[in-house]
Amino acid sequence: MTQPLASLRQSLACAYPAAASETIALGAQSLDRRLGGGILRAALHEAYAETAADAPAATGFALALARRAMAGGGKPLLWARQEALTSESGAPYPPGLADIGLDPAAVAFIRVRDAKEALQAGAEAGRCATVGATLIELFGEARAYDLTASRRLALAAAAAGAPIFVSRVGASPAPSAASSRWLVRAAPSRALAANAPGSAAFTIFLLRQRGGAAGQEQHEWRVEWNRDRGAFEDRTFDTSSLSGPVASLPVGGTPGEGAPQRAGRKFG
Amino acid sequence: MTLADARARAPHLAVAQADPDADERLMLRLAAFGEQFTPLVALDPPCGLMLDATGCAHLFGGEAMMRTCILQAMARLSFTGRAAVAGTPEAARALARFGQEVVTPPGEDENFTRPLSIAALEAPKETSVALTRAGLTSLGDLADRSSAALTARFGDETMRRLTRILGREDARITPLRPLPECMVERRFAEPFLDLSAIENVLRPLIAEAMGILERRGEGGRAFEARFFRTDGAVAVLNFETGAPSRNVEALLRLFRLKADSLADPLDPGFGFDVIRFCVLNAETLAQSQIGFERQSAQEGDVADLVDRLAARFGRERVLRFAAHETHDPVRAASYVYAASPSKPNSWEKPEPGEPPLRPLFLFDPPQPIDTMAETPDGPPMHFKWRRVRHMIARAEGPERIAPEWWRNAVGRDRRTRDYYRLEDREGHRFWVFREGLYESETAAPRWFLHGLFA
Repeated sequence: MTQPLASLRQSLACAYPAAASETIALGAQSLDRRLGGGILRAALHEAYAETAADAPAATGFALALARRAMAGGGKPLLWARQEALTSESGAPYPPGLADIGLDPAAVAFIRVRDAKEALQAGAEAGRCATVGATLIELFGEARAYDLTASRRLALAAAAAGAPIFVSRVGASPAPSAASSRWLVRAAPSRALAANAPGSAAFTIFLLRQRGGAAGQEQHEWRVEWNRDRGAFEDRTFDTSSLSGPVASLPVGGTPGEGAPQRAGRKFG
Repeated sequence: MTLADARARAPHLAVAQADPDADERLMLRLAAFGEQFTPLVALDPPCGLMLDATGCAHLFGGEAMMRTCILQAMARLSFTGRAAVAGTPEAARALARFGQEVVTPPGEDENFTRPLSIAALEAPKETSVALTRAGLTSLGDLADRSSAALTARFGDETMRRLTRILGREDARITPLRPLPECMVERRFAEPFLDLSAIENVLRPLIAEAMGILERRGEGGRAFEARFFRTDGAVAVLNFETGAPSRNVEALLRLFRLKADSLADPLDPGFGFDVIRFCVLNAETLAQSQIGFERQSAQEGDVADLVDRLAARFGRERVLRFAAHETHDPVRAASYVYAASPSKPNSWEKPEPGEPPLRPLFLFDPPQPIDTMAETPDGPPMHFKWRRVRHMIARAEGPERIAPEWWRNAVGRDRRTRDYYRLEDREGHRFWVFREGLYESETAAPRWFLHGLFA
């Protein structure tokens, strides 16, 4: 049963070399091993926010993936965002983008009225080979984003050889042509000195990976986005992040081993 | 004549309130219709149109034929008109309104306008009364007098009008719209009905216009396609490119996108008489060999994409970020049109090892929140936003940001803000601030949520 499938895969890989094989590694070993090297570059990927409050986390996760996809390419990110999201979670703030490692100068931003327009803009950009990555942010149960629409995006991504990310808030995961589908929840960060919030951390669930191994394998991770390395780091078994709100320290003692040190304070 | 008087004479008179606005709108529509004869059309109040036929008449087989053509087209729209062709706009107006509808041969305006009554001057009432009392009844009578004496008596304005009606002085009209850089059009013997074939008409038109631009070493920035319908309606489609372009296929694609995005789609009705393509704005564009330097070709590709997106969604929706040198977080970044010229502005690079200090999303305006803090100048222990209580697990701050006092208009109260980075027990990260310094600026500081971190 697996023999013909494997040979079929092989012949497909020969026919579409770029589309079939090239992956984007996420940076965290356990994650990449499970994904078989990473997520496909020329494909559609979805990130669902678990609750409305996790919207920035889902988009942040997608942006971090886009950052990995664009690394060193010098190609811009095209970001289409539904206008309704502005009242929901605010407008993109460029210094914040820079703070998670994306160059705001390399972002073209399209403010669209509804999901249909967002998908049109995304498909238009996704088809363009000079775009490094495309991010489409949708709000609510968008009827325009159906199997056909997602298939169209997947084909556009395959043709252009650059990933398209769809970040969704207020929607429950539904079947689509996406190559991978993630559920994202904000996770407590590793506290810095003086119990300051640290780098962006996410709890991510791999809901689906096309062609990936299904079944009993690990599908939940807690990851931290390391901006300086431009990579995710696996914190699944890191207990320091699971501790209570206030870490107790001996007087005059040093912070726990898990807590990273900061170079210095900078307030601009 | 009063209304009562008029009704007494004609009992079945239909009466309607005068609506000058509607009249003007109608005249503007007619002016747009008139543009299929010449690009230089001006309104001639109260109810006239002035068409500059210079260089256009031969397309219709001479001025007389052009005049007939225009009157026939008007008749099809159920308008009766009077039209005259003369050397100067004033002469044509005087002939059309007060004389015979003629086509004056070049240089012979005076022969035709001399017999007109002095009403053709359209001078103030006292002037015409004074002229009549002096026994001057036609323009010819006036023309023979010394103009110095007449100017002294009746003023400059009247005399200038006279010389223009007589064709002794020429003045250009001011057209409603400036002349395009380049204009090509297709006229149809039979009204053009097949919308699906419209690109077959536009493609050679655009190619022709681009040929003209290429010879001039220019590329177009702003374009317009005009569709003159048989019933007088004119559909206009405007589109722009971010950089000068002569690419026929790219322009066609922009046209297609624009046509798709129209609220009321292009409707041929009973067909188009004329389809016109104009280049409204052109800039220097050197002849270039494409496909040689890969890098520049790629940049062009992104610019094309921006053009296409702007054509479909509007310029105000296709944006990029611009940085500003200020410590005020709200003013530090703005959104500008993606194809607008960019100055090399540098975004501050985050310091290695630092967590994100600025949120990924910013609220404008900041959202008020209810907070509970341990000390008046400490971070909140918990806060309530959108009916949800967030228990704070980690906090950092304050980062004190004072208002830019040099920008503060008098009377506008902007207080110092103390910003905190907060993280609740679930792991959501927030950027909140307390407005006003406790005790020195305000007794009860208010709290706001300004942004969300990833």
